[in-house]
Amino acid sequence: MSTALLTPTEAPAAPRPRTAPAPIPFTRLVGVELRKMFDTRSGRWLLITIAALALVATAAVIAFAPAEFITFESFATAVGVPAGSLLPIVAILAVTSEWSQRTGLTSFTLVPRRGRVLGAKLVATVLVGVVVVPVMLAIGSLGNLLGAAIHGIDPVWDTSAQILAQNVAAFVLVMLIGFTLGVLIRNSPGAIVAYFVYSLVLPGLLAALAAFQEWFRDIHLWVDFNMASTVLYDEHPTGEQWAQLGVSGLIWLVIPLALGLWLVRRSEVK
Amino acid sequence: MITVESLTKRYGGLTAVDHVSFTAQPGRVTGFLGPNGAGKSTAMRVMVGLTEATAGQATILGRRYTDLPNPGREVGVLLDASAQHAGRTGREILTIAAKTMGLPTSRVDEMLARVSLTDTEATRRVRNYSLGMRQRLGIATALLGDPEVLILDEPANGLDPAGIRWMRDLLRDFADAGGTVLLSSHLLHEIEAIADDIVVIGQGRIVAEGTIAELLASASTRVCAADVTALATALAAAGHEVTLTPDGAVQTDATPAAVGELALAARIALTELRASDGARLEEMFLELTADTQRESRLTDLEGAA
Ligand SMILES: Nc1ncnc2c1ncn2[C@@H]1O[C@H](COP(=O)(O)OP(=O)(O)O)[C@@H](O)[C@H]1O
Ligand SMILES: [Mg+2]
Repeated sequence: MSTALLTPTEAPAAPRPRTAPAPIPFTRLVGVELRKMFDTRSGRWLLITIAALALVATAAVIAFAPAEFITFESFATAVGVPAGSLLPIVAILAVTSEWSQRTGLTSFTLVPRRGRVLGAKLVATVLVGVVVVPVMLAIGSLGNLLGAAIHGIDPVWDTSAQILAQNVAAFVLVMLIGFTLGVLIRNSPGAIVAYFVYSLVLPGLLAALAAFQEWFRDIHLWVDFNMASTVLYDEHPTGEQWAQLGVSGLIWLVIPLALGLWLVRRSEVK
Repeated sequence: MITVESLTKRYGGLTAVDHVSFTAQPGRVTGFLGPNGAGKSTAMRVMVGLTEATAGQATILGRRYTDLPNPGREVGVLLDASAQHAGRTGREILTIAAKTMGLPTSRVDEMLARVSLTDTEATRRVRNYSLGMRQRLGIATALLGDPEVLILDEPANGLDPAGIRWMRDLLRDFADAGGTVLLSSHLLHEIEAIADDIVVIGQGRIVAEGTIAELLASASTRVCAADVTALATALAAAGHEVTLTPDGAVQTDATPAAVGELALAARIALTELRASDGARLEEMFLELTADTQRESRLTDLEGAA
């Protein structure tokens, strides 16, 4: 043992004069969360993969589709497949990595109000959707021009601006489903599996239930968010369809997300 | 300053932290000592708002941690150096923290230099860091916001002796500049080397506290003689407490001087006479660790490896 430590320590120095730091603005948190989404290999590769698959899908339409299918809608549908299945994973990982990689220990000590951190993640997720989906659609547009030139036809722009905007909204909604599952499950593999169950298995189950059970048939569209979301690809959704989207969204998005946020705020981070 | 008042945390039937109260003073390094499972980490998690207390409270600089507007600028926290995204580089981890706190990125380079992580090391992914490097990175994160208070959970784990010395100097300087340091350890010698004040915790309860000098100073003397029985009788007759140690020595609460005089008067030849410094603290700590001794030895070995 060191004898030096047995001598009494001198009186503490006067603490440096300090001013209370300013609160952390929410916009800064959004910026940080955006950065965290793409500063790891997994984040960057997800983004690169989405873009690469969009190019592959576009090339496939040009190569294999007959001339009458060389339309913007074909290309938009094709580029939407990789984006639709991978963007929700971006949203999931943005949330779950705080637990699966245990970075939450730092994030939630630097920002103890967990609702603010998750709120910033939510905004960052929506921003990614709002930026990435139009980029995908731009790739589709280029494909449409190229395909038309190759086939020697005039490019067909058969999609209205309203549908495009609704398309973006549809992608943001599936990202929010991923986000919600992330908040509820807080484990990366678990939430990804849950997302695929939700998007690939659940629609079939609900459709089968509707086919065999009279009582369910009437409410099917009110409780199946996947199905209800397809109105966003329609030119003229009815008021009832919007209402179905709202009600099923309440069931699958709003209530689970509120529950998840409440649980996260009460849970122990370790 | 950190003030912990009657802090209690229960997990079902288990009371992990049991009415713990203490103060960590500015200008001093306070060591939080206890065997594995004593409740150190739980108490520290409660202090920084990661775990909700069942009862009691902790305040830092007079406020609850969760009420601090930008906690990183006032309190540096390192709870688990391994809790980092394995795919980020050390520099990126510091950059994220700096951006969150609203600091310029030049601060990142300063901190990397401060904890002696080289540029090449900083651009490596944390996956490839040794525990010692992770601890340094964690310390860098804690110091980033130029805080007034440091809360460090087992920061010396995984550091080599030179690293422990470095940490001691760093924390000493921090405290000498008026900062408050609370650090935990399950190793007595680590705390002895670094702390000014010690809070000893076992099974969630504080079992001893005081300055290191108070706790190490001992009213106990170890003495050996050719005729141990005569010596013990003489000491007991003079009203001192006497115990025989298994190795044939006498442990007594008399000072060495008093023992020497008694022995001279009784014409007993002594073969050994010394104050047994720190014996009390060490003994108490050994008792506390008795159940978990095997476990802590293992961690000791891991730490040394
Ligand atoms: N989330 C939890 N649920 C149940 N028991 C826990 C939990 N966290 C810690 N404990 C228990 O609380 C006690 C104190 O643990 P901890 O604070 O990690 O001790 P230390 O850091 O001193 O080694 C241990 O018995 C541990 O098993
Ligand atoms: Mg611990």
